[in-house]
Amino acid sequence: MDALDRAIINNLQGGFPVCDEPYRAVAGQLGTTEEELLRRLDALLESGTLSRFGPMYHAERLGGGLTLAAMQIPHDDFERVAELVNAFPEVAHNYAREHVLNMWFVLATETPERIDQVIAAIERDTGYKVHNMPKQEEFFVGLRFEA
Amino acid sequence: MDLSHVLSIPNSLPGLDEADRRLLAAIQNGLPLVSRPFAEIGASMGLSEAEVMARLQQLQARGVIRRFGVVVRHHEVGYGANAMVVWDVPDEQVRELGHCLAGFDFITLCYRRPRHLPQWRFNLYCMIHGKTREDVLSNLEWMVNRCGLQGLTHEVLFSRRRFKQRGAAYFAEPPTAVAVRES
Repeated sequence: MDALDRAIINNLQGGFPVCDEPYRAVAGQLGTTEEELLRRLDALLESGTLSRFGPMYHAERLGGGLTLAAMQIPHDDFERVAELVNAFPEVAHNYAREHVLNMWFVLATETPERIDQVIAAIERDTGYKVHNMPKQEEFFVGLRFEA
Repeated sequence: MDLSHVLSIPNSLPGLDEADRRLLAAIQNGLPLVSRPFAEIGASMGLSEAEVMARLQQLQARGVIRRFGVVVRHHEVGYGANAMVVWDVPDEQVRELGHCLAGFDFITLCYRRPRHLPQWRFNLYCMIHGKTREDVLSNLEWMVNRCGLQGLTHEVLFSRRRFKQRGAAYFAEPPTAVAVRES
């Protein structure tokens, strides 16, 4: 990754203009050409440095449900349960974390009502309790990384 | 956290018409890397470039689309450590402290969530990303001092392992999961 790659990543995490030639507009700000910017973006996506280039949706305003959930899984049973949990298409991100509650995942569903159904299904399939930790108030969402 | 790829676009949305819905679905996996991306999207669904742009601006203004941009794999740009830090904060102080935590540039998410007593007493959550665990812990110490959090019980939950899921629910692709070990 060179200075231009880093500038592209840092700049494009903050937004992208909606105009007829947006790549040309961004390239101008970065001191490069449209062609070079497109080539770099393609390479960064190809290499997996970027997972996506597009819109970030607001789950609740799309009418969907979103929550964080946690489980306490014995060490010996962790792999089996992880596989069962990850098989649910509603499970977006799943992290093993160092705590008594050691499995933490995000559920994203088509409707808010569906959250409870998916939680019940996970409890039934795995045999363990799921703690639902829905957001009550949001102070900050700005997932950005300086490259 | 980016969830666009797993969210379903519902069949009916208050205030959104059929064209909005199709537009959200058409771009959920990314914008085309061509000179006039909005013209290309429009051509694929029978809308003019101008109409696509007008609708996208409207969806952004309403907050349905938070923003357009790149989604970085933090591990791949050198952020190998991430911790979820949870705090037990008196209810009447949550808002003030939440805003204080949210003011640091190494904080990427900050939410209030319910306690689950007696097992789980924590009600304020934030994510700290760093290049190493030492970075995360030194940022945490800095934050504790700056926001006056010394007396509050908290726990640091480092991630040991990340399971990554791909596949857009809207297009009903079969989900696949791979696990990536983190340092």
